Amino acid sequence: MIWAAVLIASAGCYALKLLGHSLPTSVLNRPLVRRSADLLPIALLSALVAVQTFAGGQHLGLDARVAGVGAAVVALLLRAPFIVVVVVAAATAAILRSSGWLS
Amino acid sequence: MIVRDSLSVGVAVGVYGLSFGALSTVTGLSLLQTQTLSALMFTGASQFALIGILASGAGIASAIATSVLLGVRNFLYGLRVDRTLEVAGPLRLVAAQLTIDESTAVALGHDDPNHGRSFKLGFWTTGLTVYVLWNLFTFIGAIAVSTIGDPRSLGLDAAIPASFLALLWPRLTRGSAWALAAASAAIALMLTPALTPGLPVLTAGLVGVIAAALGVDLATSTPLPTPDEPETETSR
Repeated sequence: MIWAAVLIASAGCYALKLLGHSLPTSVLNRPLVRRSADLLPIALLSALVAVQTFAGGQHLGLDARVAGVGAAVVALLLRAPFIVVVVVAAATAAILRSSGWLS
Repeated sequence: MIVRDSLSVGVAVGVYGLSFGALSTVTGLSLLQTQTLSALMFTGASQFALIGILASGAGIASAIATSVLLGVRNFLYGLRVDRTLEVAGPLRLVAAQLTIDESTAVALGHDDPNHGRSFKLGFWTTGLTVYVLWNLFTFIGAIAVSTIGDPRSLGLDAAIPASFLALLWPRLTRGSAWALAAASAAIALMLTPALTPGLPVLTAGLVGVIAAALGVDLATSTPLPTPDEPETETSR
């Protein structure tokens, strides 16, 4: 099943790239096309941040992930590079868990 | 100069590959599945979305849908770069695969009247550098963590939302982007108890499309042409 997801999603992403190279540039003059492609990642990524921080299955709750993402926000405000942001989040959650303060 | 820009972008991005390879492996994908994503999908946000949603226990349909929807912006980049690249045949198939945030941004940053020579050089050197380094670092990251036992004890379940946040952050350039992000996050959380995992995120994606239909515009957040650009003018 994971292979199906990997291959179908890869094919879909490539098809979108190729479609862009195949259609006339004038498609860009449609404001809805341009704005949708601009806003869709913001909507999807922010929803992913929220769900992956607070949800476990269909339940919402607070655990060490929240502190990890909070630390990631601080790292981003300090203009840390991507890899540092990710490591800071993981380390914060790991330390809080091993100390027993948060699950 | 262009080559130096391309290489520095490539190296910076390649290092994200390290976190992708590591996270993909700990969320349960095999080394081959992880490497296949970097080789065939080759677009970071979509790759992180696919592994994150699969790890959360959602069905593969919503994982595929979210991943592909995050790739829609590459469609736009293709529209923008194809004419100046002047590629045809098999080379166009390769150019399509290399059409991502970074190659498009460097190419557009070197848009010149010189028959697009710097544009082409910027696109190809950045695209190829990122491709090679992204795949190399994916492999290193995946190998490095393949011996880890419990991902939670290392806080890797916090690293996944943090990586989405780091991908989102540079797009939050305006108040309207923050408002959209807050609305999408709130809707996804409200729907979480009611819907199958995966669907709340997709529904929140609709909010983005609705906002676009209502005329919310963030023309400066991605390297896209503005309507008054002479090049698009001539193509009408």
